[in-house]
Amino acid sequence: MTLDARIELARGSFELSVEFGVPAGTVLALLGPNGSGKSTVLGCLAGLVAAQSAQVTLAGRTLAGDGVDLPPHTRGIGLLSQDALLFPHLSTMDNVAFAPRSAGASKRRSREVARTWLAEVDALELADRRPGQLSGGQAQRVAIARALAAEPELLLLDEPFAALDVDAAPAIRGLLRRVLRTGPTTVLVTHDPLDALALADHVAVMADGRIVERGPTRAVLSAPRTAFTARIAGLNLVAGTAVDDGIRTADGQVVAGIPAADVALGEPAVAVFPPSAVAVYPHDGEHQGSPRNTAGAVVSALEPHGPVIRVRVTGTGWAHGVTADLTPAAVAELALEPGSAVTLSVKAVSVAVHPSVQPS
Amino acid sequence: MNGWLGSNPASHSRVPWVLAIPATLALALVVLPVVGLLVRTDLSRLPSLLVTSSSLHALRLSLVTGALSTAACVLLGVPLAVVLARASIPGIRFLRSIVLLPLVLPPVVGGLALLYLLGRKGFLGILITSLTGQQIPFTTTAVVIAQTFVAMPFLVVSLEGALRGSGDRYEQVASTLGARPWTVFRRVTLPLLLPSIGSGVVLSFARALGEFGATITFAGSLEDVTRTLPLEVYTQAEVDVDSAVALALLLIVVAILVIAVARPRSWEGGLR
Amino acid sequence: MKKLALGLVTVALFAGACSSSDEPSTKTDAPSATAPAPKPGAAGSGATLTVYAAASLTESFTDLSKQFEAKHPGVSVKFSFAGSSTLVQQLTNGAKADVFASADQTNMDKAVQGGVIDGLAAPFATNKLTIAVAPGNPKGIKSFADLNRSGLTVVTCAAQVPCGSAAKKVEQSTGVTLKPASEESDVKQVLAKVQSGDADAGLVYVTDAKSAGGKVQGVDFPEASGAINTYPIAIVKGSAEAELAKEFEDFVKGPEGKAELNKVGFGTVEP
Repeated sequence: MTLDARIELARGSFELSVEFGVPAGTVLALLGPNGSGKSTVLGCLAGLVAAQSAQVTLAGRTLAGDGVDLPPHTRGIGLLSQDALLFPHLSTMDNVAFAPRSAGASKRRSREVARTWLAEVDALELADRRPGQLSGGQAQRVAIARALAAEPELLLLDEPFAALDVDAAPAIRGLLRRVLRTGPTTVLVTHDPLDALALADHVAVMADGRIVERGPTRAVLSAPRTAFTARIAGLNLVAGTAVDDGIRTADGQVVAGIPAADVALGEPAVAVFPPSAVAVYPHDGEHQGSPRNTAGAVVSALEPHGPVIRVRVTGTGWAHGVTADLTPAAVAELALEPGSAVTLSVKAVSVAVHPSVQPS
Repeated sequence: MNGWLGSNPASHSRVPWVLAIPATLALALVVLPVVGLLVRTDLSRLPSLLVTSSSLHALRLSLVTGALSTAACVLLGVPLAVVLARASIPGIRFLRSIVLLPLVLPPVVGGLALLYLLGRKGFLGILITSLTGQQIPFTTTAVVIAQTFVAMPFLVVSLEGALRGSGDRYEQVASTLGARPWTVFRRVTLPLLLPSIGSGVVLSFARALGEFGATITFAGSLEDVTRTLPLEVYTQAEVDVDSAVALALLLIVVAILVIAVARPRSWEGGLR
Repeated sequence: MKKLALGLVTVALFAGACSSSDEPSTKTDAPSATAPAPKPGAAGSGATLTVYAAASLTESFTDLSKQFEAKHPGVSVKFSFAGSSTLVQQLTNGAKADVFASADQTNMDKAVQGGVIDGLAAPFATNKLTIAVAPGNPKGIKSFADLNRSGLTVVTCAAQVPCGSAAKKVEQSTGVTLKPASEESDVKQVLAKVQSGDADAGLVYVTDAKSAGGKVQGVDFPEASGAINTYPIAIVKGSAEAELAKEFEDFVKGPEGKAELNKVGFGTVEP
């Protein structure tokens, strides 16, 4: 179900003006810092927040605009917040069955549907528990099942991992990846680029109520075109397929790194490392040592970035397009300039391997 | 989810000891007058005083009218509280203060107001009489109306506070799951409100039970029709103080019983 | 510091206001020569006389007190008007008063039994029942028996109250048992219901019907003379103004008192 949205809103001194589209079945991540207005956009899409002007169409049906302002319960949307907000007075099963029941299904039928979805999210054994007895991760799992049981045409995720602890977040992320692969059109709001990488086909970066950059996730995050996005992402990205201790690129190179908990071997993954983790050595062809990720490259640009100098390189294999941050002194010592040949080295422990979306 | 916070507190009290002094005074203010009543009562006469037909009629009347007015408070007060807490209509803050009127009006004035509205010369009274041929003052219905008038604000205020405190996050989620507003009210708002309704009911019933001024001014005082326990106490006080005290004790016992029975459901298990 | 100063000023103002109302109201300007020579108050200027009187004496006693104060410069008379039995309750439980005037002998006897009366009580007025109806007597009520007509809303006092016991006596002597819509605990409540139009008729005292002015019309009936309430007055034991209290009692029983009481409808008692 394709979503098209144009929203304008002013609240006090805050102004929001965005326009975007989400192709059917894909995931769009709204990425930005707190206060950029991303949650407000979700609120407008859901019909819970009033906007000055909003034009929202979903699969050709007008949800808002042209004199129409559908109430939330007729929009066919599902909402998931960082707080699972499971109804405290109902069991897990009845929580998940809430949507089918409200649509008029019989108690037995809605419980069947609930059981199906609980199985889908691996939470079937929690069916008879009360929300108060669930952990954060378990509750979020159930909340996902509950939202999907409503068979929404548009799924809205508002920072779903923000309240989860470090152990629970990867599991939920993995679950969402699995579910969203064949799931409804989704808009995901997050301030963490890793969430976008893991779940979204496209990303729209928001700042101060406006979209400053948009495009396919990996492209935007690895090659940010605005300083803002670069600050948000500020990462080096190498794409490949997950292997035991890192990733294998398309041309067979291995970048060693620490895989995250939700990495599945053989699945698409990215190796991510910050420019500050990249060590630059003069090219002498035979540098070895502990860092396993070494490659030759040629300096293509030197950019001052505050107190450091960001060195951009070109090369073959994974080193192409990588950035490294060096102090001016180091740059001087190495006598770097565009065209200089260098060896890059990244400690495997600084490389994080994350699952990523199938490149489209 | 808070871990050890809030469970099994250590034996050291977390309440500053200084609070014990005014707290004891407060407790004394409430309990000692009743003790004073008990001490000066001839308790041996109690059974014979309470079994008179006028006492039993008054008790029956109090329980019946109290229950009816509490039911009316719930049927009328819950929707009002929900509207006041959640609706966004202009002038709602004004409406919230208006609801407090019966709390502030001296009950006798309240009764007078009801009489002037629903009595023979009141515009609603004339309307009702012309439509039904019945008059409202001096009837048991008038007692229920007077009790509802004074007791409803208790229910509305406590419910509205609970609703505003809990916010409407659950209701928002429910509507995104496709539930229409009435379904949201029935399946989410109301169940979550039950503990507060429970304590509101206890408050209203207690207030209705003790209502005197509005009842006597609007409904009058006639045995087995409008003379509830408080009115019977007042009438007996003219003649036989022991009888009045015995009835007063009966009132207190009834109130305590109601609170004790209702308490387990209403004051435990608040789901927040 | 500012807050403390403000608080102190407020306290001082309040203290000043309170104390000024307790200060003796010294009347330095002499009354006109045509008025009778004023007798000095028994305790000199500044005495306060507290009178507990039945509610039905409200208008008459208030007027009498003004006359009394004029005769006794520096004296102020304070009243507590309520149902006689309420007053007896308060007195027996320690309320401070100087004079007690009851609406019937029964309550005065209770006060005596309670040990709050000094000396003997003396009757000073009588009151009898009348039927209060709307002005013009639209329902055409002419007798006590008429009160039992179907369709009439009648209000009486409860039997425990003096006006109610008088009504019961009339019921017994006439053989007519009333079916009131309400039995109030206070004769003023009965009057109020007739005045507001919610009752067609109410049994009240002659004095009450008169005090309502044109809002209520009194229909006298002969049987009322068989159920007369006698009002006694007495000095309260422990009164700090015993002499002044006696003077007030004599004033009430004297010519000025009689004139005032008759004016509002009380009957007199031969000494």
